[in-house]
Amino acid sequence: MTPATDRRTPRWRARLLLAPMVAWLVLFVVAPTAILFVYSFCERDEVGRVVFSFTLENYRRVADPVYLRIFNRSIGYAGLTTLICIGVGYPVAYCIGRAREAWRQRLLLLVMVPFWTSFLIRTYAWITILKQEGLLNGLVHQFAPGAAPFELLYTPTAVVIGLVYAYLPFMILPIYGSVEKLDGALIEAAYDLGAGPLRVFSSVIIPLTLPGIAAGTLLVFVPAVGMFAITDLMGGARVPLIGNVIQNQFLQARDWPFGAALGAVFMGLFAVTYWLMLRLGAREEETAA
Amino acid sequence: MPATPTASPRWRFPSGIRLLDLSLTGWTALVMVFLYLPIVVLVAYSFNSSRLNIVWESFTFAWYQHVWENGPLLRAAQNSLVIACVSTVISVLLGTSGAWLLHRYRFRGARSLQTLVAVPMVMPEILMGISLLILFATAGRGLGFATVIIGHVTFSFPFVLVAVQARLKGLDPAMEEAALDLGATPLQAFTLVIVPCLRPAIVAGALMAFTLSWDELIVTFFTTSAASATLPIRVFGMAKVGLNPMLNALSAIFIVATAGFVVFSNYLKKLSR
Repeated sequence: MTPATDRRTPRWRARLLLAPMVAWLVLFVVAPTAILFVYSFCERDEVGRVVFSFTLENYRRVADPVYLRIFNRSIGYAGLTTLICIGVGYPVAYCIGRAREAWRQRLLLLVMVPFWTSFLIRTYAWITILKQEGLLNGLVHQFAPGAAPFELLYTPTAVVIGLVYAYLPFMILPIYGSVEKLDGALIEAAYDLGAGPLRVFSSVIIPLTLPGIAAGTLLVFVPAVGMFAITDLMGGARVPLIGNVIQNQFLQARDWPFGAALGAVFMGLFAVTYWLMLRLGAREEETAA
Repeated sequence: MPATPTASPRWRFPSGIRLLDLSLTGWTALVMVFLYLPIVVLVAYSFNSSRLNIVWESFTFAWYQHVWENGPLLRAAQNSLVIACVSTVISVLLGTSGAWLLHRYRFRGARSLQTLVAVPMVMPEILMGISLLILFATAGRGLGFATVIIGHVTFSFPFVLVAVQARLKGLDPAMEEAALDLGATPLQAFTLVIVPCLRPAIVAGALMAFTLSWDELIVTFFTTSAASATLPIRVFGMAKVGLNPMLNALSAIFIVATAGFVVFSNYLKKLSR
């Protein structure tokens, strides 16, 4: 029996049961997003209260070179983080996926623990290492007592280290999922047909694991663009990213309409990325099937 | 393809594959070191009596005692626990019933509902945070426990739903039919037959919901009041100020708890298989 014929139209009671979830999604996902867009066209008065009106002023301000540069920088940092995560994580995911069962479980567990550990704590771990009076400088001081202490924290490098460290498990796990599903026969067939390891990797393995890469990119790139906590902790206020600016508009500057406009633009960016990755993942899954 | 001894090994194991395997293993080991070294250092220095991380002075449990005696931190931990428990319960109820209804029935808008459910899982947390903040402000609702829990349920319950849905796909539809044929009402068939079958997925989803809530910072940041501040909020505040061995101790507790939690949930998964 196919599940399709088994599915029935719900009766009123089933509809009633569905109501809480639909209501929740409408109230707390759809409505807030809609209100965010409404706010982005509003103004604020001198004390920071929101005045309902229609103005494009907020979007004009978003288009200001200062903010465009911040957007670009955020996308650049997130893109770099994603690329490093793919480069570093792919071989690891592949190795785990191809390992023997007992080892696979152990290695997977090893990736899971950081995956589940709060990124805040893992970021703090790097602060203790990179800070001027931190471990790295301590080590340097021990071996070269004369060397001047250097500051690695609050640099762009520190921000990228923090982001990669936080998001790496989120790249490894989905790619692992794809690698695990890889059909060994296809790889053998490629070898049989005379392809070298490089060719097999680029024309068989990569396309087949593309859904995993797409899922990982979605899990790394999108949150990395809007992340403000890691950038706050690792970059100080020196490298403001879009997340920091939005957060600032809502909590310190109290210019909600402008913050909403920044958020709306970011939302558009997110929607485009989401759609692209969904298509990429879906298409490859189709051709693989 | 069966590996027969007559098959030429030349193409099956081209030269260099072995080398590639070795370097792959080496790389994985290196990445594991990268993932764990900072954590190990963090835990080790939580036992250092010096305030500064530079030098190792002597072994002490003092920082753990400081954590234990820190009122605001304990309160925050308590808040986190309450919020995580409540939002896990709501998430499990919403997620399980939603998964079942989406799986079982065919109706207009089911596909769009499925897409909509996925949105909170991938939506950047900061966007969810600010839009909820605006919603609560518009509704004239003060921030506090209720608003934090609403935020947490919104991003947790889809994970429960997806976990349960995956399990439902492998479920034999004959089970429910048999129950119905034997005279059970649809509700009885669901609670007495389907839910027990779904238990592993529900447990996995609940564990996920709990951890997500327990660790969450960004959405909470925008939806909390000072009174309902969670542990991550306090930790963020402390980490911003600078190095503090108390944070090392607190982190060590967290890490050990998380590791235990992961091993435990793995064990649960194995049991339920």
